[in-house]
Amino acid sequence: MASPSRSIFRPKGGIDQSPLDDGRKLVADINRRNLLRGTVSLGALTMLTGCTVSDTDSVQTVLRAVSDFNDGVQALLFDPKKLAPTYSADQVVKPPRFNAYYEIEEVKPVDGATWKLELAGLIDNKSPWTAAQIYTLPEQEIIVRHICVEGWDYIGQWSGPSLSDFLKRIGADTRAKYISFKCADGYTETLDMATALHPQTILATKYAREPITDPFGFPLRLRTSTKLGFKNAKWITAMEVTNTFIPTFWSKQGFNWFAGL
Amino acid sequence: MTDTLTVKSTRRHRKLHPIAVRTMHWINAVSMIMLIGSGWKIYNDEVLFGWLHFPDWMTFGHWAQHGLQIHFAAMWLLFINGLCYVFYGFYTGRFRHKLLPIRPSEIAADVRDALRFKLAHDDITHYNAVQKTLYVGIMLVIVVQVLSGLAIWKPVQFQELTALFGGFQGGRLAHFIGMAAIVGFLVIHVALALLVPKTIGAMIAGGPDVPDEIGPAPHPAPAE
Repeated sequence: MASPSRSIFRPKGGIDQSPLDDGRKLVADINRRNLLRGTVSLGALTMLTGCTVSDTDSVQTVLRAVSDFNDGVQALLFDPKKLAPTYSADQVVKPPRFNAYYEIEEVKPVDGATWKLELAGLIDNKSPWTAAQIYTLPEQEIIVRHICVEGWDYIGQWSGPSLSDFLKRIGADTRAKYISFKCADGYTETLDMATALHPQTILATKYAREPITDPFGFPLRLRTSTKLGFKNAKWITAMEVTNTFIPTFWSKQGFNWFAGL
Repeated sequence: MTDTLTVKSTRRHRKLHPIAVRTMHWINAVSMIMLIGSGWKIYNDEVLFGWLHFPDWMTFGHWAQHGLQIHFAAMWLLFINGLCYVFYGFYTGRFRHKLLPIRPSEIAADVRDALRFKLAHDDITHYNAVQKTLYVGIMLVIVVQVLSGLAIWKPVQFQELTALFGGFQGGRLAHFIGMAAIVGFLVIHVALALLVPKTIGAMIAGGPDVPDEIGPAPHPAPAE
């Protein structure tokens, strides 16, 4: 049996060394000329349009450092007691709007009968949960606005066990910094603990009081009222409570990690 | 000897645009252009008007995340620089001295003259009523633009502010209209500067010497 602290994000059978070898050339490349070029290209950012300057390595280093700084600012702005506005059931949009890193036709449904929620990290009771077991937990309903980083929004009605209650039930160390999610489609997401414990953060199993359908995360997804849409992981298969930040599907690609509303 | 010294000390001269104003002007210009170009990239991902997509060549950032990164970096530049500028403008009395008073009758007269191409611009040390109106107006627009930006960045933490703009989509629309107003101002501002090129020189080198009339606001005279 694997050691209890083993991360669900750590690949089984050792760590692939090839990225290190790939990076060796890059590290050797760091010299004064490249640094200078980076600085100059940042200045040129204001002169050039439709350009690819913003995704070169040196400019990315600066922009991602500011994005990390913005994570800290947003954590300070986050009031753990402040509730998002809620709405009435007749304002709910049915079905919800689909969004993922692929089209709705490519969704691979999860089999609820064999599905399990695995637990890892700083949790006392790491026994996996079946869908039937999750359905026996008390439910909380939130009717909140979903806001996408792209700019669209809709009002949705979600219900399922409160995440903070669930964390207490499984004996999670809620003083830990993060809670990370793994999804059936390979998606990964990490929440700060303050958001995980927010009164409007739930593990949703239902939409508009009906079981969530396949494209929207059946059998279990996250729904929090204080984050942009993409933070709400769908088809969750594993959850890890940890003090080590695990980069997420979108944060690795340069989207702001905290993404708080 | 003594007389000359006295005269010098009571009639100090300085540049039309002190170095602080010039520095803040160009930082503002750079941050504003970064915000507009990256904002257009962000807008394109979910347009407000079906007929309006900004061509890729005029947007900043390769993919959406790069537009967002630039926008949320440049906002600090604009915000901190703007705070310094507002503090400077009030503290030194530059706002009061250069931008006030604005009289509606003068605006009307200046617009009339401008349309007849008779508006004098030999003296760049003095702003006419139209200039004063535009400069005060654009400052207010930028303040509202920062507020609508906050409203759509933090619609839960600052939900009261978001409600003031008519909700999340209302805030987006207000942020778009603010952008349009700023771009409109930029077009006029740059076109007029090109028509009177010495204004550009003045914003780089400082311009002609002017009597040092601005400075910390004088203490009110004691009541008689």
